[in-house]
Amino acid sequence: MRALSLKICLLLLMPAIVRARTINVAPHTAVASLKQAVGQARNGDTIIVGQGTYISANTIIDKALTVLGRNRPVLDARYQDEVVTITSNNVTFDGFVVRNSKTGSMRDFAGIRLSKVQNVTVSNNTLLNNFFGIYLSDCDYIRVLNNHLSGSNDLENSGNGIHLWKCKYVLISGNYVTRHRDGIYFEFAKKSTIENNLSEKNIRYGLHFMFSDDDTYIRNTFRNNGSGVAVMYTRRIKMLHNTFTRNWGGSIYGLLLKEISDAQIEGNQFTRNTTAIYMENTERITVTKNDFNANGWAIRVLASCYDDHFTNNNFEGNSFDATTNGSLKENYFSNNYWDKYEGYDLNKDGIGDVPYRPISLYAQVIEQNPQSVMLMRSFIVNLMDKVERAVPSVTPETVKDDKPMMKPWKR
Amino acid sequence: MLKIAKYIVLDIVRSKVLIAYTLLLLAISLAIFMADADVTKGLVSITTVIMIIVPLVSIVYATTYYFNAAEFTELLVSQPISRKNILMGKFIGIGSSVLVAFVIGICIPVVIFAFSATGLTLMISGCLLTLSFVSLAFLTSTLTRDKAKGIGLALMLWFYFSILFDGLVLLFLYSFADYPLEKAMIVLAALNPIDLARILILLQLDISALMGYTGALYQQFFGSGAGVAFSLGMQALWIGVPLLLALRVFKKKDL
Repeated sequence: MRALSLKICLLLLMPAIVRARTINVAPHTAVASLKQAVGQARNGDTIIVGQGTYISANTIIDKALTVLGRNRPVLDARYQDEVVTITSNNVTFDGFVVRNSKTGSMRDFAGIRLSKVQNVTVSNNTLLNNFFGIYLSDCDYIRVLNNHLSGSNDLENSGNGIHLWKCKYVLISGNYVTRHRDGIYFEFAKKSTIENNLSEKNIRYGLHFMFSDDDTYIRNTFRNNGSGVAVMYTRRIKMLHNTFTRNWGGSIYGLLLKEISDAQIEGNQFTRNTTAIYMENTERITVTKNDFNANGWAIRVLASCYDDHFTNNNFEGNSFDATTNGSLKENYFSNNYWDKYEGYDLNKDGIGDVPYRPISLYAQVIEQNPQSVMLMRSFIVNLMDKVERAVPSVTPETVKDDKPMMKPWKR
Repeated sequence: MLKIAKYIVLDIVRSKVLIAYTLLLLAISLAIFMADADVTKGLVSITTVIMIIVPLVSIVYATTYYFNAAEFTELLVSQPISRKNILMGKFIGIGSSVLVAFVIGICIPVVIFAFSATGLTLMISGCLLTLSFVSLAFLTSTLTRDKAKGIGLALMLWFYFSILFDGLVLLFLYSFADYPLEKAMIVLAALNPIDLARILILLQLDISALMGYTGALYQQFFGSGAGVAFSLGMQALWIGVPLLLALRVFKKKDL
């Protein structure tokens, strides 16, 4: 009787024991590679990989596993193939050093590839010297958290850090991306969130959107990239509280907007960029409560833009506040603070009594004749600007802030 | 040489004109820094002052002083002192006095309110600008015998360097807009001490905009220390060359 009850107990416990199975991987043991461990595992198992360097020429994780690295084990593809591919739903992949994927122009080899999966978490990994870092194709509900990606910084053979193609509901948070082509690249990626990432010294863009609608990026920092962020052919992007700094050079922008509509740009900080925001063919963009500080050009709005609203921004210490390439119509400026404003406020309501014209004559001169940048701040240029401000003739009549603030807006 | 310089400094201090100039600069810079909390904006305003007032006062004051002290010069020439020593002594005396005025009037407020790389550049380029305009004043004074003519020439030089020159450059740029002018622009800038000082300050204040130019030459030039070294070197030439020319004229001049 006792023996029987024991057997029943064991039988009842059986599924629990099976589900909780943990496979340990370590060098020079029975299970000496991740591939072997995945082969032995069943859905729901945990694989713990111990310290060491493992050769991993495209290890495919095709079961719902929790794969954890202890003491940062290294998965090295030795430039032969991809490193890890995840093809199953509900996988967690955490704590590895993934390095040396193959490079090539025919295929996009990646450090960690996620293909047609849902509910996967990739976290706390270090990716070194991969062609593409983390590559998500056709995935939903993915979390990419706290990874550190560093590419090869090779001008011709360099892929994107975190690459999304045809994804939805992806969360990218706390990552650091450097030395890749684009830090983070979105193509047909919708309803996703990018927050608290740092993207610096990438060859092309810190963050790049193509045909990706309804995404939000918050509190990221883009520093010293080819261009900070490029948003192209996209609708309804929210860009909030990000920092764009030191994106320097010819045709290099803090934020490049091209063919986009209904975007919201709020609370961002643009410091020391050659051009903070460049806008081409945009519609219904609202730019509010941003700080533009010590940029070459704070905003460059091409004549193909319309119905864009610039309100409550601070423009301080920029060489030029705004430029355009033609006649700018139906773009509205109001309640901004401009440090170059020389008007007065007689009724003391905090709003200047005469409008401010952000496009100076000299900015238009430079537009036509870039060499004349060398005459900046000379007496003749100051004189020309003063005359033009008094009697506008060349600068677009419609571009003006009727309610310039006397004091900067404080965050 | 230094003894002559000492006499001149003492004489200048007694005349009070330079003290008025010092106070004027001091008043301007203090007013600018106290009126606005934004230090960078203050530096921008002071740059404008330096570009206009400092060259004007330096050149006109030095010329006037040179002519007023003509009898003293004649007396010195009759003594066994070489003409080179006389002229250099005069230059050191006048130059150092005007420089001290600039240091008290601009440098001290800048150090107190806005000490930074930009502030430092502003001080250095202002000092060099002062000296180069005193040097130009010596050239105009030795070239003419008549005081009115000398001062007129000095004023014309100031007008040319601070206003006319940039207008001509702009005209030049528009007329030859189809040609690559990067190198030409750098050469043109070197032909005007005020432009050199201005570009040195630009390198600090507007580097973001200067980096925007696709012309690789600009970027290389201004991205490195070469631009700064070039501007400083040319400024030094603008002090040395007019003074040497003045010396040559003065040596042969029949007083």
